[in-house]
Amino acid sequence: MNNNSGLPESCSVAIVGGGTAGLALATELRRQGIDNVVVLEREKDAGGIPRHCGHYPFGIREYGRLLKGPDYARKNVETAAKLGVRIFTETSVTALHPNGKLSISTQSGLAQLQAKRVVLSTGVRESSRAQRFIGGDRPLGIITTGALQSMVYLQGIRPFRRPVILGSELVSFSAISTCQHLGIKPVAMVEENDRIVARRVVQPYLTLKGVPLFAGVRSPKIIGRERVEAIEFTDASGNLKNIETDGIIVSGRFRPESALLRMSHLEVDPGSGGPVIDQFGQCTDPAYYSTGNLLGPAETSSWCWQEGVKTARRIVQELSGPQHGTSKSVRFKISDQAIAFVVPQRLTLSERPGGMTQMQVGLGKPAKGFLEAFVEGKSIWKGRIDSRPMRRILMPLDVFLQSDSDQPVEFSIS
Amino acid sequence: MDQYTANHSLRRKISELDYDVAIVGAGVVGCAMARRLTLDGAKVIVLEKASDVLDGASKGNSAILHTGFDAPPDSLEQACIARGYREFLEIFQDLGLPILKTGALVLAWSREQQEKLEALIDKANKNGVNNVRMLGKKEILKREPHLSNQLFDGFEVPGEGLVDPWTTAHAYLLQALANGAQLLRNTEVISGKFDGNTWRLETSQSDVRATHVINCAGLYGDLVNHRLIEESLFTVTPRKGQFVVFDKAASGLISSIILPVPTKTTKGVVVCRTVFGNVLVGPTAEDQDSKTDASTNADALKELVAKGIDIIPQLANCEVTTAYAGLRPATEFQDYQIRHFQDRNYISVGGIRSTGLSSSLGIASYVSELIACDSLQGSKIKNPVIPSPDRLSEYHQRDWQTADNGGIVCHCELVTRREIENVLQGPMAPATLQGLKRRTRVCMGRCQGFYCMAEVAKMTEGLFSSPIALANNE
Repeated sequence: MNNNSGLPESCSVAIVGGGTAGLALATELRRQGIDNVVVLEREKDAGGIPRHCGHYPFGIREYGRLLKGPDYARKNVETAAKLGVRIFTETSVTALHPNGKLSISTQSGLAQLQAKRVVLSTGVRESSRAQRFIGGDRPLGIITTGALQSMVYLQGIRPFRRPVILGSELVSFSAISTCQHLGIKPVAMVEENDRIVARRVVQPYLTLKGVPLFAGVRSPKIIGRERVEAIEFTDASGNLKNIETDGIIVSGRFRPESALLRMSHLEVDPGSGGPVIDQFGQCTDPAYYSTGNLLGPAETSSWCWQEGVKTARRIVQELSGPQHGTSKSVRFKISDQAIAFVVPQRLTLSERPGGMTQMQVGLGKPAKGFLEAFVEGKSIWKGRIDSRPMRRILMPLDVFLQSDSDQPVEFSIS
Repeated sequence: MDQYTANHSLRRKISELDYDVAIVGAGVVGCAMARRLTLDGAKVIVLEKASDVLDGASKGNSAILHTGFDAPPDSLEQACIARGYREFLEIFQDLGLPILKTGALVLAWSREQQEKLEALIDKANKNGVNNVRMLGKKEILKREPHLSNQLFDGFEVPGEGLVDPWTTAHAYLLQALANGAQLLRNTEVISGKFDGNTWRLETSQSDVRATHVINCAGLYGDLVNHRLIEESLFTVTPRKGQFVVFDKAASGLISSIILPVPTKTTKGVVVCRTVFGNVLVGPTAEDQDSKTDASTNADALKELVAKGIDIIPQLANCEVTTAYAGLRPATEFQDYQIRHFQDRNYISVGGIRSTGLSSSLGIASYVSELIACDSLQGSKIKNPVIPSPDRLSEYHQRDWQTADNGGIVCHCELVTRREIENVLQGPMAPATLQGLKRRTRVCMGRCQGFYCMAEVAKMTEGLFSSPIALANNE
């Protein structure tokens, strides 16, 4: 089952990316009776990010058991395979073509696959040092949490002994426990925001582990010739601070892994970094769906699993249900810098049932007040909001579905 | 007898560490020099103080093959660029090197810049680049529809192109090595004595004897001159250039190389694709004393991004892949400083500021002619061995498109296991991750190692002087 020979020339649904969302979707498609479901995974093993998250808690909702990441990933793969999902590993999709045609590269060369529907579930990765504009030298020892986790959990190797963690999201805290696994001792957590990005309840963990926090720092700069030697920054009180260290963990600021998408004919939302979808998860080419973390925010595995299942049902409904023909669609527009993105980015106005009932809103900066929607300058809806970036914010969608105008809906915060 | 052995048997007998020519420095100029002189029949040794070649000025540049249209007329620099450009076009196919003949557009974004265009076109004509042509705003926007409509007008230089800055230099040196040259890395020249016939160089490794010494030490050219001939021909003041690299998705936004019109207040930045399929914006120009500080600066990078967006507004929606800085070995002189000390069998090649990639073959031929007066003993190699270089251009066939490649290790740059293994077992195997990156592009992509760093660490275990992962007992 885990190989890349015997790749078919056509299939009903091809899923690009065998992480949590992709496997959940494939599994649900089979449960709903769809044949010829193919998962294309570029890594050696399917399972996605949980494969190198050697910690709890995974799987409570899906399996009613508390699992570590790698066990959860394995269970997802087994469940899908048992139901007849064909999982092809070390199989890289290299281009997306109109109407569900894929270019693929495997060890044995190039191939093509024609699918009735393609699902993009390529997930997220962390922003690199350059994407965060961290200046300084370019020595060895600067890696993301994801790379650290695969080194520690998949290969059992250590890139450094006393790193500094850049960032303070949940994954930054998880980096501490990853480090501990091989006796690596982080010497500081450095954050450019005034306070930690993760919820405050996790902050005592730093004290517990003896990792000092430097929040509100400016202009962090990496120093080192061959290997990292220090990190320098201006601290919250304006003093130049230099911390000796042999590595930098660049953590968080997850971005959709959208390379394929950006090189394709599909429209990308610059705000979310993922594809433009409607409430059914359908991209601007209706042969393409998208689900999971590729849609924007970095959500939990459990969320991705549920989204995968829901998207699968929408695909089944579309493939086996009545045709609804072409319908009008409404675009969502953002006219406020405080809003980073809304997902979905458009609505298809049709009789088709089963779409999302809520939209996700991502903030660009902390906001307190009302999120308001306008059509042609007229307010049609408003809802209270009090949140920060990187938090899950859900808003009802049904009000926009009743609209009879096809003018864009504009969102702002007041 | 194969070609390689045949070439060797033609050589005159000399003892192990006796060479016709010792080249100090394995930057692009040293690599081209080694190739030229080896093919001319000389027994060549290249001495590089770093653990890998291309570790200094040649590490970071804009990867443009220039025609030399804007070089100072009648300068040595202009002559070497023009000659280097011609020679590259003669050999790139045989060496399997990529070039994207994109052409360049020199664009004016203000009245002040616009007034300078005519003089630049005159200069191009003086430099023998006769196919430059004025273009109106409309025509430019038709050709490059993603450019900002803030532009005035400009002219095209059809001959400018994009090359692979590392594979190109590697191929020069690999061809030298395949035809009998030697490379010593981690070998710093400490001092030297010329006895009237032969140089004896004291290095950080073993002593080397050579008839001629050519200083191609780039950023350290002034230092090497001090150590060997006790002359102060020039002082290198490194000029840092920072660059921002945009993700491959941006490559659809531009075809030509977009060059600025330099004015009194600003030199302007270049926006161009790379053969690897990215878009490059840079460089800055910052004079500094340090020969090693190639650090980037957050404010400068943000400014480059902003300038890129000024020129191509849609870059605002594109992701940055990485940023880097290069150091140009600028001196107090405008022109290249190539000096031949005939009585001491010494040539100093200095001040190859920012055009070395374009001019290196020309410089090598120029120097080869200087030495030819001193009559090298060997005879030209008739059918030189041609090594197969790394094929990394996104616009040409890559290994992942062929069978039995071992699977893709680096997903962003589509680097295969076979490519990595070939390089690690090759004739000029890298000793650092940086070196492996330059030869394969592994970890060079948008994820900067998020997906593949662990696998690469495993594959290179025990091979690097500075390993990615620490040993277990460390």
